Amino acid sequence: MSETGEPREIRNFGPELDFVKPDNDVLIVKLFGTWKIGSQVPGFNRLTKELEKDSLIRKIRFDSSGLGRWDSILITFLLKIANYCEQKQIELTTEGLPEGVINLCKLASSVPERTAIRTSQIKLSLTTRVGIHVARIWGSIAETITFVGEIAIAFFRFLTGRARFRWSDLLLIIQESGAQALPIVSLISLLVGLILAFVGSIQLKMFGAQIYIANLVAIAMVRAMGAIMTGIIMAGRTGASFAARIGSMQVNEEIDALKTAGLPPMEFLVLPRIIALAVMMPLLTLYANLMGILGGMIVGVGGFDIGIREYLNATKGSLTLTTVGIGLFSSFIFGILVATAGCLRGMQCSRSASAVGEATTSAVVTSIVSIIIATAIITIGCNILGI
Amino acid sequence: MIGEVQKQNKDKAVFEPIIVVEDLTMAFGDNVIQRDLTFTINRGDIFIVMGGSGCGKSTLMRNLIGLQRPARGKVFYDKESFWDIEESERERILRRIGVMYQGGALWSSMTLAENIMLIIQEYQKIDHDQALELASLKLALVGLAGFEDYYPSEISGGMKKRASIARAMALDPEILFLDEPSGGLDPISARMLDDLILQLKSSMGTTVVVITHELASIFSIGNDSVFLDTESKTIIASGNPKKLLEECDNDTVRRFLTRGASEPRIQAIGRA
Repeated sequence: MSETGEPREIRNFGPELDFVKPDNDVLIVKLFGTWKIGSQVPGFNRLTKELEKDSLIRKIRFDSSGLGRWDSILITFLLKIANYCEQKQIELTTEGLPEGVINLCKLASSVPERTAIRTSQIKLSLTTRVGIHVARIWGSIAETITFVGEIAIAFFRFLTGRARFRWSDLLLIIQESGAQALPIVSLISLLVGLILAFVGSIQLKMFGAQIYIANLVAIAMVRAMGAIMTGIIMAGRTGASFAARIGSMQVNEEIDALKTAGLPPMEFLVLPRIIALAVMMPLLTLYANLMGILGGMIVGVGGFDIGIREYLNATKGSLTLTTVGIGLFSSFIFGILVATAGCLRGMQCSRSASAVGEATTSAVVTSIVSIIIATAIITIGCNILGI
Repeated sequence: MIGEVQKQNKDKAVFEPIIVVEDLTMAFGDNVIQRDLTFTINRGDIFIVMGGSGCGKSTLMRNLIGLQRPARGKVFYDKESFWDIEESERERILRRIGVMYQGGALWSSMTLAENIMLIIQEYQKIDHDQALELASLKLALVGLAGFEDYYPSEISGGMKKRASIARAMALDPEILFLDEPSGGLDPISARMLDDLILQLKSSMGTTVVVITHELASIFSIGNDSVFLDTESKTIIASGNPKKLLEECDNDTVRRFLTRGASEPRIQAIGRA
């Protein structure tokens, strides 16, 4: 970097300061050695002490004949001096500093510092903060309701054949959220079936009623667990991916591009996703039910000497079309909820990478909470209706 | 005095190669982007890599800074073959380099000051206050004084670009790679950036490699260049851009440097 014509010995020392007073009101700051990031820079207070000692000093000059290599650390030091001098109204002469140093200092102070306070930095009182929070919650409820309304309008346009989206998109989403989810759905629901059978069998064995394992597993899986487990898998897998996908499109201004191109994002992005999940969730749930029953059968047949035919007959006997229907209806609702939550959070995403992360988290949380609430409502509803 | 310093640097720099590229061929699979690139970047140069869109300028930068291994050929930093040495050796070389990416690539979860301080504190043992002072200086140098606590999402596109140049300068690198630094900047900011680049070169001896197709910058800061051609997939001109404008008789280069003004007459008439 910059070098002057002094002997090497002086310039290879670490950074050092010295002060000379040729006149009563003049202070010469001598700079020695290498001023580079990482070296032990002399404290700024050494200069201020020197100035406080002698309040007569009105001028500061520099002597850089002993200065060796330097980088930004020297510039920051000099800018601090300049700032201090401006406050104390001391005259500062840059003469005696290397040309490069002066130029960089000038460049750094050429654009005035922005002093306007950002809105996010203003301190607010407790009541204001509570008020803002409530207003925000209210806003987000209103936003959700608007979103649901827009989905309804888009769906109406779809039914009348006027919705604009690409069928290839829909098929791709169906493939991604349906067929490609089969392995994980198989694994989870098989294990849930196994667990239900094991837990139930311990109680049932006490009464010698092992055969009822089949009934327990079949009813629990088909009526509730199949749909709930599939819903939760879909929330983590597909809902999160919807939110991340739409969120990053928001970051890239792709959503704006769709809007200005006259393609409503509601129809183009949200509608196919909701349709895909509404269609695929019942199918996946049906499949999950079968896997769960298979899991129960493995325990029943393998561990409690129930014949396969016997087990299947008991299963068949315990299931009614209503039970299956309730499970499939729930899963249809869950599909819509998961897709809506994913798309809603994605559309609400602001423009940064961390916002995409928040959108994804929030999508999964919203999906799971709404699945559980929906299950409660459906169960209570069925109870009242007596089915 | 400025002239003197510049002259000194220039005299020192002329024959001291810092990056040497030999027979470099870049490819994605079987798709060759550029072949047989050979050129030298000297210490203290402001070296322009120019060429039409999609000719592989940014890919060349990725090959030079260790993000993508060249299909063939060598890159030397001070006579060390960059792609033939150990990973840890490569990191040592990379520490001397600052990079500004085309899209800014600021870390969005950190404020501007934190973006810069992260790099400083990773490689230097200095306390928080000093790191913050350095970060403020870098931001002031690109005209963003007072923006320390802003997040990248809170500033405009041009500001992001400047902030990411400030981050590239965090460690006072010997070599600065800038990918499209003035793209999307207003003329005054672009001019300020050119001044900054010239100032870094003259006062700190920084070597700057600029990938750009902004003609104004090319002529005002560049003292050496290569021109990558999309058609022939190699270098078709090199040297000082101002001299290229005067002397180069290659049609593509001439049209590029004159914004298409010197295209063959017949074509111009046909268009009208």
